Amino acid sequence: MSTSASPNGRVTGPAIPGPLDRLRGALPTALSSAGAVAIALLIGAVVILLSGQNPLVAYVALFEGALGGVEPITETLVAATPLILGGLAFAVAAQAGLFNIGIEGQLVLGGLAAGLVAALPLGLPAVVHLPLALLAAVVAGGIWGGIPGFLKARTGAHEVITTIMLNYLAFRVSTVVIDLEDRLPVNPNLQATNAAEAGARLPRFVEGTRMHAGFLLALLMAAVLWYLLYKTTLGYRLRTVGLSRGAAAYAGIAWGATITLAMAMSGVLAGLGGAADTLGLQGRYYNVAAGYGFTSIAVGLVGRNHPFGVVLAGLLFGALSAGATRMQNTAGTSRDLVSVLLGLVILSVSAFAVFDQFRRRRQLAAAAGPGGPGRDRTAATADEPELESRPPQPAV
Amino acid sequence: MDAIVGFFSVALLTATLRSAAPLVFAAMGGLLSERSGVTNIALEGLMLLGAFAAAAGAWFTGNALLGLLVGVLAGMLGAVVFGLWAIGLRADQIVAGTAINLLGLGLTAFLVQRIWNQAGGSPSVARLPSFEVGGSTLNVLVPLAFLAVPVVHWVLFKTTGGLRLMAAGESPRAAESVGIDVPRYRYAAVLASGLLAGLGGAYLSIGDLSQFTTNMTAGRGFIALAAVIFGNWTPLGTLGAALLFGFAQALRFQVQALNWPIPQDLLIALPYLVTLLAVTGLVRNSQPPAGLGKHATSD
Repeated sequence: MSTSASPNGRVTGPAIPGPLDRLRGALPTALSSAGAVAIALLIGAVVILLSGQNPLVAYVALFEGALGGVEPITETLVAATPLILGGLAFAVAAQAGLFNIGIEGQLVLGGLAAGLVAALPLGLPAVVHLPLALLAAVVAGGIWGGIPGFLKARTGAHEVITTIMLNYLAFRVSTVVIDLEDRLPVNPNLQATNAAEAGARLPRFVEGTRMHAGFLLALLMAAVLWYLLYKTTLGYRLRTVGLSRGAAAYAGIAWGATITLAMAMSGVLAGLGGAADTLGLQGRYYNVAAGYGFTSIAVGLVGRNHPFGVVLAGLLFGALSAGATRMQNTAGTSRDLVSVLLGLVILSVSAFAVFDQFRRRRQLAAAAGPGGPGRDRTAATADEPELESRPPQPAV
Repeated sequence: MDAIVGFFSVALLTATLRSAAPLVFAAMGGLLSERSGVTNIALEGLMLLGAFAAAAGAWFTGNALLGLLVGVLAGMLGAVVFGLWAIGLRADQIVAGTAINLLGLGLTAFLVQRIWNQAGGSPSVARLPSFEVGGSTLNVLVPLAFLAVPVVHWVLFKTTGGLRLMAAGESPRAAESVGIDVPRYRYAAVLASGLLAGLGGAYLSIGDLSQFTTNMTAGRGFIALAAVIFGNWTPLGTLGAALLFGFAQALRFQVQALNWPIPQDLLIALPYLVTLLAVTGLVRNSQPPAGLGKHATSD
């Protein structure tokens, strides 16, 4: 490996960015995400207006339902919990260059597995039963997530198609399992598992609200994922594979094993999202599609697939979701509007990402300067959409 | 033996055609789009928009043909938005497609609530005419769907425009260097996919049924895309795949009718399972257009 040396013999390279530089670098990203969300809300207001309602009344109700007091705020955090975990699931796959649309199915099976284990009358203490239930979710989600990764590695089957099909199959599995009352702790009449044993529940900790420890679990997983992605060899491999399969192969990184692992990790996080709702919010698993899957994609995209960005985006969408109930009840605006807003946010964010890319390319071109190291701009970047979260490239 | 003969009946054949028709429409749209180099995961949302708009159009005008027109236009309108992002802004095509799918799902559910003041779907609306074959009825759109296959084949392989479109999909840069306006061909292909997905959606709401229900496409757009992949990006292969998926769907009603002891849940899962196996086990040697997902070079 040759490194360019300056005349005085010292190896030169781009300055390593310090923490402050990195913070400054993240600011435009955060601002453009916020701007994108604002534009989506504005277009959403037009949709409400065109449908013959007052957008101001609807948005005030939305805001009050999300942030107007202790109870609404805890509802926002509760709603954010599976979204953060789902968003992290999307992010880890995206960092490896994979588009996981299967979060919904992984979440469903994670919730189901946790619900089944939690409902077993084992008489175990909480320190054993709760981790056991979470472990069940990890295994179920991990397997369901790992399958499309494995299939892609082995046969090249596109994960977008396979994960969507696995979603429908997960709903089927759930429906079948919920009917097996002879063999499993389930209640077909309720379309749910039996109530979780007290020792298997994620504890609630704010009196008079539904606030539960699942939220803390989500924050913990965000920190763990950040460490894993940016401070370990595994994370480095994963991100390298996501940047360029060719470069990863050149560096001796096994592509197939890495994407399988990334998808399994994605499934684990999604499975925990399902478990958080089952063990923290509902107290049992219900066989209804909660629709977290697509929201999780939006959370990942808005959070630019960075664990901390995902937490912020999850809180935002949690607020939208919690506020939507109030909006429907007091302003009469259907909560389906939230889905519309999600679509608009994704469009808006991806448009902003394109502008960011232009801006960065201009900066790169300016930094290179006339006579600087030549960089075939079109050849190097035209085919690879740059993800916002990609770290500065080390000089080779 | 009698059971097997009875199984392969005219009813099963027509049920297969009925289930396959919307897939064929959407898959032909997906094929055009993919061949031009645009991954069109938005098919699901475009179909849903088409299904809703067709029902709404038929409800407001009382005329199913006008409903069909509105449905097709809605599909094309959604395709324009998708194209602006996926081609014009050069955003990630899968991300843009996901956004369209979410918009389709949210907007249709939202409007159902606003227009009919009820959740879940529309009231009964005017329905497209149908005709009878061997004791079962087929909608007029069914033959149209299968007619679309040779038309797409002819357009792609026998016209200059089609060849240029495929050049844009194989190698956008080479196409551009010989003077082909790559974005223009891609817009045309995406617009056509909106038209065809709109037809597929309208088929569901005012052809097969006379009502729109929330999320009535139930993954058919994705299955159509899988049919394109399974069909190795050719019109005839795609038709074969769509018929296979249609057959998997039709099987459920046939088995029910014959009272065969096969679990209902397995039969519902069958089309998805077949799709999964199709894209994993059987298409190892498939060749997607080389320029799929790649943008043209000019900034």
